[in-house]
Amino acid sequence: MAKVLVVTSGKGGVGKTTSTAALGATLAQMGEKVVVVDFDVGLRNLDLILGAERRVVFDFINVVQGIANLSQALIRDRRLDNLWLLPASQTKDKDALTDEGVSKIIAELRTRFDWILCDSPAGIERGATLAMRYADEAVIVTNPEVSSVRDSDRIIGMLDSKTVKAEQGEQVKKHLLITRFDTARAARGEMLSIDDVLEILATPLIGIIPESQDVLRASNVGSPVTLNDASSPAARAYIDAARRLMGETVPMMVPAPRKGLMDRLLGRRAA
Amino acid sequence: MEAIARPLRQPVRMRGRSYVAFVFYPVVPILGWLDEIDATLEQSPGFFVGKPVVLDLSAVDLSQSGIMQLVTSLEQRNIRVLGIEGVDADRLSASMPPLLVGGRHCVLTQNEKKKPETRPKPTSLLLDSQVRSGQSIIFPDGDVTIVGSVSSGAEIVAGGSIHIYGTLRGRAMAGTNGNTAARIYCQKIEAELLAIDGYYRTAEEIDATACDRPSQVWLDGNIVQITPLN
Repeated sequence: MAKVLVVTSGKGGVGKTTSTAALGATLAQMGEKVVVVDFDVGLRNLDLILGAERRVVFDFINVVQGIANLSQALIRDRRLDNLWLLPASQTKDKDALTDEGVSKIIAELRTRFDWILCDSPAGIERGATLAMRYADEAVIVTNPEVSSVRDSDRIIGMLDSKTVKAEQGEQVKKHLLITRFDTARAARGEMLSIDDVLEILATPLIGIIPESQDVLRASNVGSPVTLNDASSPAARAYIDAARRLMGETVPMMVPAPRKGLMDRLLGRRAA
Repeated sequence: MEAIARPLRQPVRMRGRSYVAFVFYPVVPILGWLDEIDATLEQSPGFFVGKPVVLDLSAVDLSQSGIMQLVTSLEQRNIRVLGIEGVDADRLSASMPPLLVGGRHCVLTQNEKKKPETRPKPTSLLLDSQVRSGQSIIFPDGDVTIVGSVSSGAEIVAGGSIHIYGTLRGRAMAGTNGNTAARIYCQKIEAELLAIDGYYRTAEEIDATACDRPSQVWLDGNIVQITPLN
């Protein structure tokens, strides 16, 4: 049965779009039929991260307004046959999204795909609420910073009250994805620890993605990090997270700081 | 050809219909009887509103002006007299309610709607989940109990005490209805604001050393005190 998964966070710049692309690509590699839907109308990015920006003809809003049908708007990934993109409109804004329109498109996507990954915009307004509205599951992307954690907390509250599942008395299954985890800063105590984040948010952890240049490099060439360099620590963490989404039990790896030369030389401080 | 539109004659329709009315039996002294009416009205002021009333004067012997006075004094009490019975027709003037005859007794059915059974309002509120940032729980009628933590950016407002089986990271305001005896209990205080009956302490004024254990917050005069529970 098709699953609608919203990737959301409240705060901007925490890695929603990167995570959507990486998880979508990994699920597709595992043989699932996946569509990633960009809900960030007016500020679309997912097409860039997937390297599909030069192939966009019709978009989400065109389908909502009946200008195009769904098949015309869906873009198939060049590298993965199982991965599709439904791009957002760049010329409209979030007001162009309607509840009925979103409901209709999600219902149609459910008949065609195994996974529907909704890339939510930042904020708690219309775009974000409609992206989560029909979700069965949610990945809450959080950086180990107080501001991000508090915003995620707010979003979790909305997932428990404003979604169709919540209104029917059910629960959206929630997963916490900690991104941009900086091992060195965490070791120095400059970031919230994983335990702190988990205690505040009280939500099951699905993965810890280390802060990595590989992520930046991959998005610059328009490729999900899991495809660009599957052996990088960030890619491996995303692959593990996707396997957990599929229900596998994978031991959680907390990224450890890589010791540099200076650390080895000056790592021990005299008591 | 002349076409004269003759208005069609509508026959006057008349039908008999009977109504149920209250019948008053005034007794002497009339002033004493009016006092009784006043006492009834005091208990339920709307009792006669919209209900027609008939005066049965067979128990009293009143002159025309006496009847007139009685009708007027009833009208002053917002009781409209529909008709009068048990009196000679010549005692009534044209401006008075008409004489009624042939009334029959019947059982008065109260068609007032039964008030829905009002259960006493609950005086406590129990929440079985974490209170997330941005959520606001307002319960002016009594105590609030939360089995879970209260996140930063969330707020709890209670007329009574607040019990939190978790960490308080948001704002808690107890005793908002002027209840100075209200308290806040929690497993761990990392609160943004604590208030009881309007007296408050912000995060800056909360001694961090005392907060890592189950504590209670209470009002000592006009000082918000935080003391550990054990």
